[in-house]
Amino acid sequence: MAGRIPRDLHPVAWWVWAIGLAVGATCTTNPFLLAILLAVVTLTVLSCRGDQPWARSFRLYVWIGALVIVTRILFRIVLGGDVPGQVILRLPDIPLPDVAAGISLLGPFTREELLASSYDGLRLAALLIAVGAANALANPKRLMKSLPPALYEVGTAMTVAISVVPQLADSARRVRAAQELRGAAAGRFRRIRGVRRLLVPILEDAFDRSLALAAGMDARGYGRTGESTPAQRRTTGALMLVGLSGVCVGVYAVLDATAPRVLAVPLVVAGTAVALVGMASAGRRVGRTRYRADRWRLPELLVALSGVVAGAGLWAVQRWQVDVAHPGVLEVPEIGLGAVAVILVGVLPVWVAPPPLTASTQPTATAALRAPAEAVAAR
Amino acid sequence: MIELRDLTFAYDDGPRILDGVDLTVEEGELVLLAGPTGVGKSTLLGAVAGLVPAFSGGTVSGDVLLDGGSILELPARERAHAIGFVGQNPSAWFVTDTVEEELAFGMEQLGLAPATMRRRVEETLDLLGIAELRQRDLRTLSGGQQQRVAIGSVLTMHPRLLVLDEPTSALDPTAAEDVLATLTRLVHDLGVSVLLAEHRLERVVPFADRMALLGGDIDRPGLLRVGETAEVLADAPIAPPIVELGRAAGWQPLPLTVRDARRRARPLLADLGEPPVRPRPPVVDTTPVVDVRRLVGGPAHVPVLREIDLQLQRGTVTALMGRNGAGKSTLLWTLQGRLRPDRGDVVVAGADPHGRSAEERRATTGLVPQSPADLLYLETVAEECAAADGDAGRPGRTRELLDRLAPGIDPDQHPRDLSEGQRLALAVAIVLAASPQVLLLDEPTRGLDYPAKAALAEVLRDLAAEPGAERAVLVATHDVEFVARAADDLAVLAEGEIVSHAPVARAVGESPAFAPQVTKVLGEGWLTVDQVREALP
Repeated sequence: MAGRIPRDLHPVAWWVWAIGLAVGATCTTNPFLLAILLAVVTLTVLSCRGDQPWARSFRLYVWIGALVIVTRILFRIVLGGDVPGQVILRLPDIPLPDVAAGISLLGPFTREELLASSYDGLRLAALLIAVGAANALANPKRLMKSLPPALYEVGTAMTVAISVVPQLADSARRVRAAQELRGAAAGRFRRIRGVRRLLVPILEDAFDRSLALAAGMDARGYGRTGESTPAQRRTTGALMLVGLSGVCVGVYAVLDATAPRVLAVPLVVAGTAVALVGMASAGRRVGRTRYRADRWRLPELLVALSGVVAGAGLWAVQRWQVDVAHPGVLEVPEIGLGAVAVILVGVLPVWVAPPPLTASTQPTATAALRAPAEAVAAR
Repeated sequence: MIELRDLTFAYDDGPRILDGVDLTVEEGELVLLAGPTGVGKSTLLGAVAGLVPAFSGGTVSGDVLLDGGSILELPARERAHAIGFVGQNPSAWFVTDTVEEELAFGMEQLGLAPATMRRRVEETLDLLGIAELRQRDLRTLSGGQQQRVAIGSVLTMHPRLLVLDEPTSALDPTAAEDVLATLTRLVHDLGVSVLLAEHRLERVVPFADRMALLGGDIDRPGLLRVGETAEVLADAPIAPPIVELGRAAGWQPLPLTVRDARRRARPLLADLGEPPVRPRPPVVDTTPVVDVRRLVGGPAHVPVLREIDLQLQRGTVTALMGRNGAGKSTLLWTLQGRLRPDRGDVVVAGADPHGRSAEERRATTGLVPQSPADLLYLETVAEECAAADGDAGRPGRTRELLDRLAPGIDPDQHPRDLSEGQRLALAVAIVLAASPQVLLLDEPTRGLDYPAKAALAEVLRDLAAEPGAERAVLVATHDVEFVARAADDLAVLAEGEIVSHAPVARAVGESPAFAPQVTKVLGEGWLTVDQVREALP
């Protein structure tokens, strides 16, 4: 690790890696393989994440994963089903009335049921945690900035939207403190008046802010038309519209088995192609540039590849070694050398990803460490 | 370079806000735009930047020329490469969330090459002295830092004209000087032209090449008078203390800098004699009504305040100064009782304010927050007054107070349509309706012109000395001239400690950064032009 310059890895690379592992997780219910996969994900997150707010979200995903497993087991206990096997928990059987024929609640809970449901839950949890890893590792704002140029406006709008929430919270706190300086609302409609006296100033503040922001963006050249002619703009618009309609119809046809097959896959492909051409055309006439755009370099490629290899490998295991991918619940699951190897490829980022940007690795971070929240907190 | 020709602006069927304005700003010139509150300075700046009438409504006639070509029809975004506009509240303008990205945003819109952007960001960071802030979250910056980032975010586009709306109004004196020094450097080194509106003329006048005065003519307030600074200020309705001093002493031409004035002040000093001592109201009860000892505290247990000792007496107005983020607001909210001290004793009118109920707090301590609009939520002034009366249980009281503070407000007006000064007066009246013994004000002078500030100072002194109901008044502010007018004592807060607490004349004599212009010219003891006028034979 020594000697490498700390920087943020391209967010798309992290997402490709994480999606690869998530696909891999859906391909198996083998608890040992899933445990190895979870270890790989956790190790990577712990060694590669920075110290920004989103990096702390990983713990949340782990909790959600644990909750999923527990819920899964509980459901199995409640809804039961008569699976023969070793009973570990003897519960009374509650048959439901005839309307819900055939379903009975509780009933004896067997070891086999416990194993099957926890394997299943573990698979879902691994999927969730893999996605959580991407969230913790990839800077969401830079991901927005990696959108193709034609979607720049959408990206900026999203960035602004993200920053609005903390501002609203600030404003709400300020107004609540200020309102305490006046008498409390009294009388019959106290509740409604109370809400109103908070909402009116907060909304006024929000409107003022958004107007000021719009003016500020306008004054800094946001939305300049550049040099494209109206004809070019019309062509781009038409391409996008036709392409997206094609994709919509195509997807519908794919999902609806009764639709003519001609409309299905060919239309999806054609629609996507037309939309891509439209985007490229829109991108060409965009007169904007990116400041310090993330570049796609060797570490990015390796990280993305490692995820793809792990995903594809586990898919292959599921295809050709079914008893490794989906072991029965009657004996100890076996693991194959190949399966373990492909999962371990996913841990590659620990060595190839550049060290993350943290307060201690940023060259100018000393000032950031000093309590900067004072000005805000004092309000 | 930029030229306004016969520019006229009015909201539909309203009076003319701008009335045949002619103004030319040359290359490398700093033009100061001044005028009373609400006269249309922001409108004029917006028209130059292209935001008026697009964001304000109303109609414009006349023409705006850039290098001889008309740009009146161009929206702001198409003018951005040549004209950089920074509005009144920079924090509301930020689009991204780190300093570096904010500086680059404008350039991205212009489509500059990545290498150019990279270079300009580095240059601008150095030029404004904010290189160490580059990765910082914009919301955590202090006011002065935010202002500099806002200027930087338009500077990177290399505009030829910078248009700034009250760039120093929210800043402490030192930060304001920093920002102004930066602007002068841009004008001198890079040949950027600057057009800036400002209320606190004493800060800007020394830097201005020419001055434009809006609202100087009472019959036609939309007229703009442009000329040499001293010439325009000779009979302007708003003038910095140094000019008022020059007028009082009959100096010709008027001095614009402290240095000028000091040279001429020697003969005047001989006439004046000893500086007067500001009389204090006779107070029967001399036990401090606010008694703070070794207070440690802050929001969320961040010790913004470290070991504060402060005693306030009835009948005195105390000013609280200190740089942005020093903990002034925190101290006020702790005295009010909303914030709980982590350690130390706070006694306000005989008890710990945090232990009181909300009603008891209101009855002992009134606080006017930084943005008075946060208090207001009803549709008319009359409804606001009635609501406050109801809470205080004294019908008619709020209106009576309001008439004393700002007479003649139409009761059917919407509070948002009031001027800054009137809205502040309404908030003060609402807070005072509960007859608190302690009155706290957080930055009340923002957006007020000289007459409004003088009126506020008068009101605060009256409220403090009201016979039979003497109050302790504590005002947190950055405005040294206001302190000189309004306060008896000055407490200076730095790094969470009170570093000095003394009568104003002595306190400002000791620290030049907080000295008003009259003190700088005439020496310790003299605070306001009014004192000089009275002492003159």
